[in-house]
Amino acid sequence: MSPALPDGEPVPADGSLPEWVAGPTERAFGVYVHVPFCTVRCGYCDFNTYTSAELGGGASQASYAATALREVGLARDVLDRSGVPSRPVSTVFFGGGTPTVLPADDLAAILGGVRDAWGLAPGVEVTTEANPDSVTPESLRTLAAAGFTRVSFGMQSAVPHVLATLDRTHDPRRIPDVVAWARDAGLDVSLDLIYGTPGESLDDWRASLDTVVATGVDHVSAYALVVEPGTKMFAQVRRGELPLPTEDDQAAKYELADTALTAAGLDWYEVSNWARGGSTGGHACRHNLAYWRGDDWWGVGPGAHSYVGGPTAASADGAVPASGHAGVRWWNVKHPRRYATMLEAGTSPAAGRELLTHDEAVLERVMLQVRLDEGLDLAALEPDGRRAVAGLVADGLLDGRAAVGGRALLTLRGRLLADAVVRDLTV
Amino acid sequence: MPPIPSAAGAARIKPAATPPELLRNFCIIAHIDHGKSTLADRMLQLTGVVDARAARAQYLDRMDIERERGITIKSQAVRMPWAVAPAGDPAAAEVPYALNMIDTPGHVDFTYEVSRSLAACEGAVLLVDAAQGIEAQTLANLYLALENDLTIIPVLNKIDLPAAQPEKYAEELAGLIGGDPEDCLRVSGKTGAGVEDLLNRIVELVPPPVGDADAPARAMIFDSVYDTYRGVVTYVRVVDGNLNPRERIAMMSTKATHELLEIGVISPEPVPTKGLGVGEVGYLITGVKDVRQSKVGDTVTNAGKPAAEALGGYSDPKPMVFSGLYPIDGTDYPVLRDALDKLKLNDAALNYEPETSVALGFGFRVGFLGLLHLEIIRERLEREFDLDLISTAPNVVYEVALEDKSVVTVTNPSEFPGGKIGEVREPVVRATILAPSEFIGAIMELSQSKRGELQGMDYLSEDRVELRYMLPMAEIVFDFFDQLKSRTRGYASLDYERVGDQVADLVKVDILLQGETVDAFSAIVHKDKAYAYGVMMTGKLRELIPRQQFEVPIQAAVGARVIARETIRAIRKDVLAKCYGGDITRKRKLLEKQKEGKKRMKTIGRVDVPQEAFIAALSSDAGGGKGDAKDAKKK
Repeated sequence: MSPALPDGEPVPADGSLPEWVAGPTERAFGVYVHVPFCTVRCGYCDFNTYTSAELGGGASQASYAATALREVGLARDVLDRSGVPSRPVSTVFFGGGTPTVLPADDLAAILGGVRDAWGLAPGVEVTTEANPDSVTPESLRTLAAAGFTRVSFGMQSAVPHVLATLDRTHDPRRIPDVVAWARDAGLDVSLDLIYGTPGESLDDWRASLDTVVATGVDHVSAYALVVEPGTKMFAQVRRGELPLPTEDDQAAKYELADTALTAAGLDWYEVSNWARGGSTGGHACRHNLAYWRGDDWWGVGPGAHSYVGGPTAASADGAVPASGHAGVRWWNVKHPRRYATMLEAGTSPAAGRELLTHDEAVLERVMLQVRLDEGLDLAALEPDGRRAVAGLVADGLLDGRAAVGGRALLTLRGRLLADAVVRDLTV
Repeated sequence: MPPIPSAAGAARIKPAATPPELLRNFCIIAHIDHGKSTLADRMLQLTGVVDARAARAQYLDRMDIERERGITIKSQAVRMPWAVAPAGDPAAAEVPYALNMIDTPGHVDFTYEVSRSLAACEGAVLLVDAAQGIEAQTLANLYLALENDLTIIPVLNKIDLPAAQPEKYAEELAGLIGGDPEDCLRVSGKTGAGVEDLLNRIVELVPPPVGDADAPARAMIFDSVYDTYRGVVTYVRVVDGNLNPRERIAMMSTKATHELLEIGVISPEPVPTKGLGVGEVGYLITGVKDVRQSKVGDTVTNAGKPAAEALGGYSDPKPMVFSGLYPIDGTDYPVLRDALDKLKLNDAALNYEPETSVALGFGFRVGFLGLLHLEIIRERLEREFDLDLISTAPNVVYEVALEDKSVVTVTNPSEFPGGKIGEVREPVVRATILAPSEFIGAIMELSQSKRGELQGMDYLSEDRVELRYMLPMAEIVFDFFDQLKSRTRGYASLDYERVGDQVADLVKVDILLQGETVDAFSAIVHKDKAYAYGVMMTGKLRELIPRQQFEVPIQAAVGARVIARETIRAIRKDVLAKCYGGDITRKRKLLEKQKEGKKRMKTIGRVDVPQEAFIAALSSDAGGGKGDAKDAKKK
């Protein structure tokens, strides 16, 4: 099942934030809405999601929009009480689970609640994830009309036997159609891929990439499959029914993806993301950029995380404050029924929180920003970390030209070893 | 009722006032599990020294480790009263005797201590398991006893066992020491059968001690034990004169003098006495805190009226096997240092000095008498001081003559001199192997592959054979015993003693990671075995060292010449694909954990190696000696 929530300290019942988050800020504000439902559970998935069979009574899909709207109301109230200035929402992202198992009208209603609470910024980006088999031309038009601007399809692969191993139910031949419907509805489209599935050959992967490129989408995410403990696939691997994907195979596939996507005009802008024009070309996912840049975001829904009051990439001196507070992150209870009950009782559904220390904030900043095509401001590093830069350039993991210009920017090889780079930069 | 002396009799055998002709000093020579301690317990009960209910099993073995393994490390001496009716006249009054039973260590590592214990006796009970026959180590101690002119009383133990073959092994013993198989006593320490007869036989056959009561005092130290409350307790056998409470005594090897705070006998707890006279065995307490001030084999005399000449046979214990001991947690280094300091108080043979290893950090190079000694010390450090330790493969001491004729003593392979070398001398042992004759071929093959030279072979009985070999000690320390055991299905027993040294064609094999020598893996091996060692160790490290961000060559080299090579391919992927809002905390914690792990790694050049990898490489079969010692004492 989904990974355990982190250990943290308790959150006040009314959801109040520490008083130091109060005061003016330049940070943007985004809202994530988690929809914890799927029609089937895929064998590799460890997300916080439930099929109707798993969920039982008490937390129905039908009442979910109303419950989520309660949390939106609470969020507005908490931020106001805590002295965080109200800002129009820059980005909204519906993820899951499968948001599109909810009727498009429900998604529109939740978005409406967000608009009512804070207003939407001009040029707001509103994304939903979707399964290729859970949309129709009509539902996509409804979403666009409600204010959605972007859809991200969980395509995973164009190869039937790979999809079967992943327990994905959609027909890969449907992909060009759903992309066309979404574009016709005026939505920006992204396709998600998974590589390194047991049994997937290099040719299989190449076929998936070719299919994606042929659709002409402006954004692609490609993720190495991770066999998470507790999933059905983990058990299959342990029993020897499926081979464990090797990291060498995944590395080769990553390089193949980068070559194919770059050739198609999709520029790498984050470890697992490519878009026309990179992070600033108008097709990157701005909501995700906000995570990596350290903006404020509120996560609505069971198991969702929120983060407020951190230092951002845009901070005046680029550095994490040496003392004092460096952001608060909290996470909601995982189970939809408990989540709903708490909100109905008028209490915060948060299960725990952490007040980030200076060192933790530095590590997060490095780990998140170094993933981006804009790189990390070297000024944000501690002296020990700066000393490691030359060696990483020499090893071909950091771009030398960018380093001279004051930024830590991963090379292709460096992207595959990003965690090692982060450890070196934060000694 | 067993014949325990009456009150009148007991008065004649009071300590410090027992005529030598009423004393009998003896020891028991036996293989590790042939039942010596059980027999000793039975004697303590029969002589009334302990009653059956109070008797702890194996009373004389004090330390936990000894009790668990059923082996004895430190010898002790117990005084037991015993009464015998004069032969031929059952009506005559019984004659009381004081029997001193001196417990001897059974293992070859402690040969010197054994020899000193034997020197304190006039007789020895040769105890052999009636189901197994004599073993090589017993044979070695029997030779020592004969060299000390001890009277030997052959005894077959465990005759209660269904598998006992007393006739067969009585023949074997008679063949070894002469005499009639019928003279071989048959006892069971477990049931007590035959033990009274044995005590009578001891009185009958073991000669009383002889000494000059009027000469200046001379007493030989045969054991020396550190006690937390009393300081060092020294066990002595008085040869000439007498020792008395409160007088000043002198150690003849060091000329150091001490006041005799307490003198007494063990029966079975220490009992202070008015002194010790000729032939008597007992203990001394002077308040010294370190067994090095009271050395086994040294002669104790009266400081005011010293003897002119010390008793013979004294020598300083010399370590034969060296190993690096390192705490797995580097912060435990001071604990290890204190622990060694403490053990040293009770172990004159233990010596050590600080050593630093690139791979293992701070530790000590420790010298041991042999592999069992090493294993015992290591286990006591881990058990009594709660330390987790890693030990490097044990090695012997080499004498390396350089071209300029100067000689370097090498106790650590990584200090083996480079450049031009004149010759290298290595210690040689005489090994005695006893085994069923069907394994002769296998033993010869093994010994030959270990550079052994056959010195002789004798049949002990129709189907048991004794083979004598000269072998480089380094081969024994490596894996000889393990292999001997596996090739003889566990039936062979081995004993060895150092007999000198020889010139040999030895080289140092270094193991290099990315061109940097990993000191803990340097080994001195015969030229013909260098390649095999190199291939084995590079292969093992390739499996154990995690992939790095760059390719890492692992080489084995003799001097500048690379003899084996493996490569750890560079890691290609080390990144979490997804890192969105709900992943950040988990991901950060994962990185923090990895950073902690990285801090615990040892860096060789640029290569990060988890200490576990070094430990695994050192502790598996190639580590050598560890397995030997274990088997040797379990047998």
